[in-house]
Amino acid sequence: MLVSKDLDMFRYFVRRVLQGVLTFFGATFIVYALMFANQDDPLQALAGERPLPENVRQALTERYHLDDPFILQYGHYMRGLLTGDFGISLTNRPISEMMQQAWPVTIRLAVFAIIISALVAVTAGIVSGIRRGGIFDTTTLIITLVLLSLPIVVLAPLAQLLFGVQLHWFPATAGAEPGFYQLILPAVVLSCLVIATQIRVTRASVAENLRSDYVRTARAKGLANRRVIGVHVLRNSLIPVVTLIGVDLGNLMAGAIVTEGVFNIPGVGFNLFRGIRTEDGPLVVGFVSILVIVFLVVNLVVDLLYAVLDPRIRYE
Amino acid sequence: MTDIKAEIDVLPGLDSSARLLEVEGLHVEFRTQVGIARAINGVDLHLDPGETLAILGESGCGKSVTAQAIMGILDTPPGFVTGGAIRYRGVDLLKLPEEQRRRVRANHVAMIFQDALSALNPVFPVGWQIAELFRVHRGMSRQDARKRSIELLDLVKIPAARQRINDYPHQFSGGMRQRVMIAMALALDPKVLIADEPTTALDVTVQAQIMNLLAELRRERNMGLILITHDMGVVADVADRISVMYAGKVVEEAPVLDIYARPAHPYTKALLESIPRLDLKGQQLNVIKGLPPNLTRIPAGCPFHPRCAYARDVCRADPSPPQYEVDPARTARCHFWTEVVGDEPAVK
Amino acid sequence: MSNVESVAQAEVPGAAGVPVSPDGGPEKPRSLTGDAWDDLRRNWIFWAAAVLVVLVVVMAAFPSLFTSADPDACALSRQHQGPSGSAIFGYNFQGCDVYARTIYGARNSVLIGLFATIIAGVIGLIVGMAAGYFGGWIDAVLARGIDIVLGIPTLLAAIVLARRLSADPQDTGFWAVVFTLGVLTWTTGARIMRSSVISAKNQDYVAAARMLGAGPGRLMFRHILPNAAAPFVVVLTILLGVNISTEATLTFLGVGLKGNAISWGIDISTAAPYVRETATPLVWPSIFLAMTVLAFIMLGDAIRDAFDPRLR
Repeated sequence: MLVSKDLDMFRYFVRRVLQGVLTFFGATFIVYALMFANQDDPLQALAGERPLPENVRQALTERYHLDDPFILQYGHYMRGLLTGDFGISLTNRPISEMMQQAWPVTIRLAVFAIIISALVAVTAGIVSGIRRGGIFDTTTLIITLVLLSLPIVVLAPLAQLLFGVQLHWFPATAGAEPGFYQLILPAVVLSCLVIATQIRVTRASVAENLRSDYVRTARAKGLANRRVIGVHVLRNSLIPVVTLIGVDLGNLMAGAIVTEGVFNIPGVGFNLFRGIRTEDGPLVVGFVSILVIVFLVVNLVVDLLYAVLDPRIRYE
Repeated sequence: MTDIKAEIDVLPGLDSSARLLEVEGLHVEFRTQVGIARAINGVDLHLDPGETLAILGESGCGKSVTAQAIMGILDTPPGFVTGGAIRYRGVDLLKLPEEQRRRVRANHVAMIFQDALSALNPVFPVGWQIAELFRVHRGMSRQDARKRSIELLDLVKIPAARQRINDYPHQFSGGMRQRVMIAMALALDPKVLIADEPTTALDVTVQAQIMNLLAELRRERNMGLILITHDMGVVADVADRISVMYAGKVVEEAPVLDIYARPAHPYTKALLESIPRLDLKGQQLNVIKGLPPNLTRIPAGCPFHPRCAYARDVCRADPSPPQYEVDPARTARCHFWTEVVGDEPAVK
Repeated sequence: MSNVESVAQAEVPGAAGVPVSPDGGPEKPRSLTGDAWDDLRRNWIFWAAAVLVVLVVVMAAFPSLFTSADPDACALSRQHQGPSGSAIFGYNFQGCDVYARTIYGARNSVLIGLFATIIAGVIGLIVGMAAGYFGGWIDAVLARGIDIVLGIPTLLAAIVLARRLSADPQDTGFWAVVFTLGVLTWTTGARIMRSSVISAKNQDYVAAARMLGAGPGRLMFRHILPNAAAPFVVVLTILLGVNISTEATLTFLGVGLKGNAISWGIDISTAAPYVRETATPLVWPSIFLAMTVLAFIMLGDAIRDAFDPRLR
């Protein structure tokens, strides 16, 4: 029995990793194609409206192997990405160097936002799920609806205006070396992007699990209500919430571009934001590629984590 | 085992000379948007050590609700106990504060459910789920609790218990899963075991094994067993007494042999006649016409009268039939029980 | 799960539903859509959403009903003037009437949302239906394809694609955004369609229709699609709101609408740096954008609740 159990788990992992690898190359290929395929002058497109001096043009042609067939270009591009060679921005800075400075800030911001949203969402979701139809639940549902509908381009500037400029509760912009205090408001804004879905999934999941037969069994075992919900229901309810992390990450990345731009936080999103606005093609291409890869890898990890959390999934 | 148990056993007012379990005039209703469903309307039951009482009836007759009320695991709301008493060794469980009521569960009265796959928590190993009882109720260490869990899995005859303790519920077969449920229910050595359709979800051959296991454990431990079922065939071999329920009432209560030989209530009789029998091959099977009543609108008088061949005007008006004593050991709620008993069963 | 539910229903009256006898009284058999419509009618969220949607659509179609001012008539002399009788939201950085620009901004948002969602819907419908109906290796390939596109974060891909499509500086970028959003957001619809078709295909009545000789076209349009329609419409309604939101984000970042297009995203983007001087040019387009997105998402949410009351 033990042997076959481990074998099932192993099979699941192998299958998921293979699928992940396929998705990885498929997705990066599409992104690369979106960037370069079928263009008359990809280099001018990279540079936008700026005039492109001949020496830069040559360097870029070599850099992106534009003289090679398309599929080879993609190969070179992937090799660059996987070996940490992300290219050089039009302002002549190595993108890997910009990344090194930007990542710690963004990770701090993102982790902060995830902690806020997880704490609020799990608490609110459990209470809502237990008391469905109550005042708290109804209010929470309406709030989640509003949060789901608030575009980040509305949320970030308005939060800055209200809490930064008018009420002065938090600094309106974060500055070069943002500390904990400077990051509170941007982190809250960012967490708003994922909190609504997390609350809804937690709520639905708790409500569904509360109706399960195993809850009745747990009561029949003479367990206190606290333990029935805190151990039996919670452990089951968190499975779908954890799998949300993958989707959330995509939302967080999108949100970080705007949020870091609005609050002047020198992270990955801010660099990308500035790159887009200054039409720095190589910078945008480099940063987007890396974010896509991070997204894909995290999603694969979440998939594997799912199997650890839910023993049933390994045997599907 | 007993020395630890002795400490826990202190329930105020516990009287070892009083009846093991006695349910008296139990009323339960469900308050829903479409109205109040009167699920239980005055149920009386009693149970002695070592005895098997079968509660028989169609879906929705209130047999499972009775069991949940005894366990104190009704979903409230919508379910509310609105009257009656449930006495365990003289202690009215309905009057106990929640904390003590909680300790009665699993320690004194335990329950197993119909579908063990959904009744076991899917994300914890079965060993963990059994051990949880020892850790919560007895304060045992993880290791001791685990050791006891293995013993229990051995007791219910699960092969290779030591290895299987780390498996999850979905890795067991249906019969093995039900054995795990039984092991869990017996962990704290309860005096009353309620089995709610324990074999309905299983194959016929496995059904017999599980029933035999239950009977054997009941005998060894001198437990009182309440067996809830809709299957008259299961009952005959294992039960001592039968309570037949209809629309939230016990319509007939009798020793098992009497009921099979001479039912005293038209509903019981109809149930018996609807069992397919080999010796009557080729004949038309008597099924009970109509459906059980809507519990939000139970008919006046005897709730069974719309489906009853014996029904007369007196059956259609309140009050509903009282409990007539058929003989000292049996009762029936039918105005015309003498006729029903006198009639030869339609099939013999 | 269905097992658990049926057990609860059968044995615990009231916990999941009171058993109702057919001769039990006034309950008439109602169709699912009839039920859903009854539910919808009683849901204030649905009515609020419907009113908002109608309002926004009218605003997009006939902006001159709401304002007589010209959104393009800007004069730097009026820069950041506060609200007044002639311009109730005041003037922005370039001296344009904020109210007029906000009203006229609805058209681009609604049209882009609509066109992008139609493209996404058509792609989703075709891919999902093909995968679900044919099954086998076609399904395997298409399902993998859906997974791959889902594996790309939408906004990141949209930034890259929209940038490329609207390289021409004279262009407003309208069709570039429509196309970008359309080809990147069809996956949810495709998944819903695929699973609906698969589950409908396995229903007994569909199998019966097939045995009676109904061809694939008839099966699809008479028997399978009607059942898949409700969840698909819900997904598309919500997607419409999301697409409007994404359009604003792309425009805000500078890869969406541009030049002299009138758009909430552009207005928010140009007003954001000047919030310390005046807030109204930022606040009003933001509110209108948020309300528009809210309207469509609320509408989709209400319809879904009506069709799937299980988790309310």
